[in-house]
Amino acid sequence: MKPGRLFTRKLGLGLFAAILVGGFGWVVARSGPLSPIQVTTLRVEAGSLSPAIFGIGTVEARRSYLIGPTAAGRVKAVHVDVGEMVKGGQLLAEIDPVDLDERLRSAEAAYARAASAVSAAEAQCKDARARRQLAELNAQRYRDLGGKHFVSASAVEGKQQELDAAQALVEVSEASLQGARQEQLRLKADQDGIREQRGNLRLLASRDGLVISRDAEPGSTVIAGQAILRLVEPDSLWVKARLDQGRSRGLAVGQAAEIVLRSNVSTPLPGKVARIEPVSDSVTEERIALIAFEHIPKGLSLGEMTEVTVKTGAAQSGLIVPNAAIKQMPRGSGVWTLKEGKLSLTPVKLGNTSLDGSVQILDGLAAGDEVLVHSDRELSEGARIQVVNQLVGKPK
Amino acid sequence: MISLAGRDILHSWSKFVLTGIGLGLLIGVTLTMAGVYRGMVDDAKALLNNSGADIWVVQQGTQGPYAESSNLRDDVYRALLTQPGVSRAANVTYLTMQVRVGNTDVRAMVVGFEPGQPGEPGYLVAGRQITRSHYEAVADMKTGFQLGDTLRIRRHDYRVVGLTRRMVSSGGDPMVFIPLKDAQEAQFLKDNDAILNERARTIANPVLNRPGVPGLLDAILASQNANHNVNAVLVQIASNIDPEHVASEIRRWKHLQAFTRAQLEDILVSKLIATSAKQIGMFLVILSIVSAAIVAFIIYTMTLGKIREIAVLKLIGTRNRTIAGMILQQAMGLGVIGFMVGKTAATVWAPFFPKFVLLEQGDTVRGFIVVMFICALASTLAIRVALRVDPATAIGG
Repeated sequence: MKPGRLFTRKLGLGLFAAILVGGFGWVVARSGPLSPIQVTTLRVEAGSLSPAIFGIGTVEARRSYLIGPTAAGRVKAVHVDVGEMVKGGQLLAEIDPVDLDERLRSAEAAYARAASAVSAAEAQCKDARARRQLAELNAQRYRDLGGKHFVSASAVEGKQQELDAAQALVEVSEASLQGARQEQLRLKADQDGIREQRGNLRLLASRDGLVISRDAEPGSTVIAGQAILRLVEPDSLWVKARLDQGRSRGLAVGQAAEIVLRSNVSTPLPGKVARIEPVSDSVTEERIALIAFEHIPKGLSLGEMTEVTVKTGAAQSGLIVPNAAIKQMPRGSGVWTLKEGKLSLTPVKLGNTSLDGSVQILDGLAAGDEVLVHSDRELSEGARIQVVNQLVGKPK
Repeated sequence: MISLAGRDILHSWSKFVLTGIGLGLLIGVTLTMAGVYRGMVDDAKALLNNSGADIWVVQQGTQGPYAESSNLRDDVYRALLTQPGVSRAANVTYLTMQVRVGNTDVRAMVVGFEPGQPGEPGYLVAGRQITRSHYEAVADMKTGFQLGDTLRIRRHDYRVVGLTRRMVSSGGDPMVFIPLKDAQEAQFLKDNDAILNERARTIANPVLNRPGVPGLLDAILASQNANHNVNAVLVQIASNIDPEHVASEIRRWKHLQAFTRAQLEDILVSKLIATSAKQIGMFLVILSIVSAAIVAFIIYTMTLGKIREIAVLKLIGTRNRTIAGMILQQAMGLGVIGFMVGKTAATVWAPFFPKFVLLEQGDTVRGFIVVMFICALASTLAIRVALRVDPATAIGG
C-alpha cells in the first residue's frame, strides 16, 4: 500500500468522522432539553390605548305594540298584512260583534220610547199647571166673596183645598217629568255604552307603524289580551347588546359605539349607548346595553345579529405591554422579564385593555424593562433562552 | 504498537463506512419508533400541562373530559370557588371536529375557555391572546393557520389572532381556542334544518302547543335553543394545599367527579392511549430484535470475509487477544458510527412526522448502551470463528 493512498484514506475517514461528530453535536445542541427556548422580547414603553368592549346583540324595536281584543271573541276580519305600514287610527282588524248590533237597536228603541214618555210627562205637567191656575183663580174669588160674607167660610176652605190639591198635582207631574228625563239619559248612556263596546271590537292602530306579524286569521277565536297583529315603530329600532360582565368596566350611556350588521359586515354603522339595563343577566354573566343607531339603515330586519364595539373611554396613556406577555397565575398576573440575561417572573398590576391586545401596566414594571412576549416552550426560572425577532412566519 | 483494527478499517474504509451508515439508518428507525411512543405519551401530558389546572372537575361517574364525555352546568364553577383551598376555577369545553378553512378542513380540538382563566393557552409563539368575547381564535401552528386567517366553526367565522405551539389533544390533534360562549354554542347548536325540524315537532305536539295558552309555545321554543353546559371545570388550588384533599372534598360534597393531575395522567396514559401505545411498543420490540440480529450478522459476515487475513496473522504469530481485540474494536466502531448516524437521522426526520415524535435523552443513552452491548455480543460470535481458524488456510491448506 502506497503511503499516499493511505493518507487519502486517512483523510477521507477523518472527514467522515468530522462530519459525523459535527452533525451529532449539532443534533444534541439543537434538540432536546439542552436547546435554548426561543423567545421574542419587547422594551416596555409608555403609550396610549383606547379601552373598548365588544359584544353581540340583536336588532329590536324600542316600542312595539300588540294589537288584540280586550275580551274573548272571534276574529271577523283582518285588514292589513305583514310588512304594511299603517297610520295611527287606521282600522286594522275587527272582532265579530255577535248580538251587539241587536242590543244597540233595542237600546235605541228604548231611548225613543223614553223620549215619548218625556213628552207625555210634559203634557201632564201642562195639564196640572192649568188646573192649578184655575184653582188659584177660584180660590181667590171665593176668598174675596168670603171676606164680604157672600159665601160661607166652608165654601172658601173648600176652594182653598182644591188649590192645594192642584198645587200637589203640579209637583207630582213635574217630578214624573224629571224621572222620565233621567230615564231618557240612562237609556242614552246605555246606548252609548253599547256603541263604545261595538267600537272596541274595531282594532285600530295606536301609532304609525309597521306590521311585523299577523297571528290570527278571520274565523279564529282569540282570548282577551291575545295579539292578532304586532306593530313596531320603524324609527325606534335599536340594538340590544350583550357585553361580558368581566370587561364591562367604564360602560356609560352616551358612549360612541360601532355596529356591524351580519348582513353587511364590511360597513360598520355608528351608534351610541342609549341605555344600560340596571339588571344584568346573572345566568350568562352579561350586561345588557341598548345601542341606538345614528341613522337607522334601510331594510334593517328585526332580530338580525349584530356585533357591537363600544369605546368605553378616551385614550389613556401609561406603560403598555401586549397581552401575549401576560402570564395568569393563581396569585395574580405576571410577566417574564429579562434582566442582564436572567429570567424572572415579575408580578404586575393590570389596568385597562384594548381590543387590539394592549394592556396597561399600573404597577410592577418601569419604562425600558425588557419583557418576553412570545416563546416556543413553557418558560421557567433559569431556563436557557435565545432572543429572536420572530418565531413563525417569514422574517420581516 | 499499531492499531490492527484501524489499519483494517483503513484498508476497506468505504465498505466500513457504508455498513455503518446502513446500520445507522436502521438504528434511526428504531429510535424514531421509540420517539413515536414517547410522543404519544407526551401529547397526553402536554394536554394536561397546557390546561394549567390542578384538579379537573367533571360529571359524576365519568372519567374526565378527555377519556369520556362529560356534561356539567356552567354555573357549577361558582359552587366550586366556595370550596376551601380552591383559588381559581373556570369552565372549559372540548370538541374534536373538522374546522373549515376555505374549501378544506382541518381536524382540530376546539377548546372553549374563558380569557384570563385556567384553560387559556399559557404561551404564544405569535400574535396576541383573545380580547373579544366572541369570534376570535387562537390556533396551534400545526393546524397550518396564519395570523389573520378566517376559520369557520359551525355557522360563525373566527379570526385567528394568536398562534400556539405543542397545544394538542391526547390524540395529537392541534387545538383551536375560542371563547367559551361560542364553544358552547358550537358544541350543542344544531344545524338550521335540525332546528326547524325540532320546532315543527314541538308545534305538532298538542300538549306543548295549546290554543288556550298563547305564550306557552314561544317559551318552549326559546328554551330549546339555550345551552348552559360545559365539559369540565378546571380548578387551580392554593399553593400549600394537597390537591387530593381538595378533590376528595369536591367528590364528597359537590357530588361531582374530581381528578388530580396524577389521576388524570394515569387515565390518559393507561386507558386512553393504552392500545395504540401497546401496538407501537410491540412493533418497537420486534424492530429492536431485528436490528440486533442484523448487527450481529453484519459483524459475523465481516469477520468471515477476513478469514484469510486472520489466518495470515495467526501464521505470523499474532496473539489471539490481539485478533479478538481487533474484531471487538471494529464491532464497537461500527456501533458508534451507526448510533451517531441513527441519532442524527432520527433528529433530522422527526419534525416531518405528522404527529409529535419525542426523542428523549434517556432513550438515547439506553439506545447507545443497547447498541454497544449488541455489538459486543455479536463480536463474540465472530471472535469464536476467528479463533478457530486454522493458520494453514492462509497458504491455501
